[in-house]
Amino acid sequence: MNSQTWLLLLEGAWTTVWISAVSIAIGVVLGLGIALVRMLRIPFVDQLLVLYVSIARATPLVTLVLFIFLVAPTFGIVMNRNLAAILALTLNTAAFNAEIWRGAFLSFSKEQREAAMACGMTPWLCFRRIMLPQMITVSLPGLVNEMSFLIKGSPAIAVIGIVDLTRVTNRISAVTYEPLPPILAAALLYMVVIYALIQLQALAEWRAHRLAV
Amino acid sequence: MENWQIVWEARDSLISGLFTTIEIFLIGSVLAFLLGCLVVYLLEQAGPWLRRALRVAIDLMRTLPFLIFAYLLYYGLPSLGVRLDAWTAGLIALVIYHGAYFAEMLRGARLVMPAGGVEAARACGFHGFTLFRRILLPQLLIRVRPLIGNQLIYCLKDTAFLTIITVNELTAAANSIQAIYFIPMEAFVAVIGLYWMVSIVIELLVKWAGRFGRKRGFDHV
Repeated sequence: MNSQTWLLLLEGAWTTVWISAVSIAIGVVLGLGIALVRMLRIPFVDQLLVLYVSIARATPLVTLVLFIFLVAPTFGIVMNRNLAAILALTLNTAAFNAEIWRGAFLSFSKEQREAAMACGMTPWLCFRRIMLPQMITVSLPGLVNEMSFLIKGSPAIAVIGIVDLTRVTNRISAVTYEPLPPILAAALLYMVVIYALIQLQALAEWRAHRLAV
Repeated sequence: MENWQIVWEARDSLISGLFTTIEIFLIGSVLAFLLGCLVVYLLEQAGPWLRRALRVAIDLMRTLPFLIFAYLLYYGLPSLGVRLDAWTAGLIALVIYHGAYFAEMLRGARLVMPAGGVEAARACGFHGFTLFRRILLPQLLIRVRPLIGNQLIYCLKDTAFLTIITVNELTAAANSIQAIYFIPMEAFVAVIGLYWMVSIVIELLVKWAGRFGRKRGFDHV
């Protein structure tokens, strides 16, 4: 393992991290959107979203990534690998996030909303100022948990040829004929990333707790 | 429509892929569950050193992606002289990885269990494995039942990663069909449908187990 190898590994780690981060960012917001639309109980749309959440929950990421990457060209859509990967990860994580947001929404106390209305807030203002901050603190642990699942699932994007932290080990061992060291190093880097995420969650929870008290 | 006919004609490879997926999933999840129980039993009985080692091993698995662990067994071990075929490596990876998750679930349930029951059992002369099997494990299982369904679905989804280490399971079958006939849409829709059906069956079974448990009065112990 020389410095060149470590550089390749770090490059792979960067690919994993940025693709995951973009998917997480879109997925969290999209999940909130789905949860809100489901709260409106629009007939047909509601059933459609239930179906989406159910299928997305059951579809393996590898299958989803392959599906999106291979099917897009048959509709004449030019899709590069990174876009397909982000789309797949986002579709997957948004379904889980929607359920987390929905749980927070359903457990929100009616009294507070009524109090906000009595104070003359519009529904939108009430949502933005009263509900959303509390929903964020409630659903944060679940969301971070889902984020770490997304990072653990991210090696799936290797299947369409993206050189992420997992796939890069193949490249290195193809040159050095020693697969064990790069795989162990990649495992170590994954552990660092996920450990950092867990620490961040602890920090966020501590701050949320202080805000709540 | 013609494309669906092609999928239908290629059903043999889909069925054998589905069979491999279900086979690995069933054997893997049952063994993983038993491994999880064993680890929790050891955590209960063993000395401080082994206990610490087990805790570290569980946390290690929980911060690793499944695929990198499968890589470790399939590509990494041969350089130590252990050569496994893809199917065995995949199965072992699934068992150890999900065993750690099951162990963590059961350990979490054990932590919040009131101490009185175990003390009462000790006073009645239960000890060692009998205490674990007759008193602890049933109560732990009741507590983690809602989580087991989720974990099983994660386990099913993780089997798809094994296509990357060349196991011929369901996703690999879809990929080979689309590569031969150029019908990615139909092949993958069929396969996603199959995964969906398996996961629905898992959820129904877990729900059914819950109903069975409630009928036997397990929920109020």
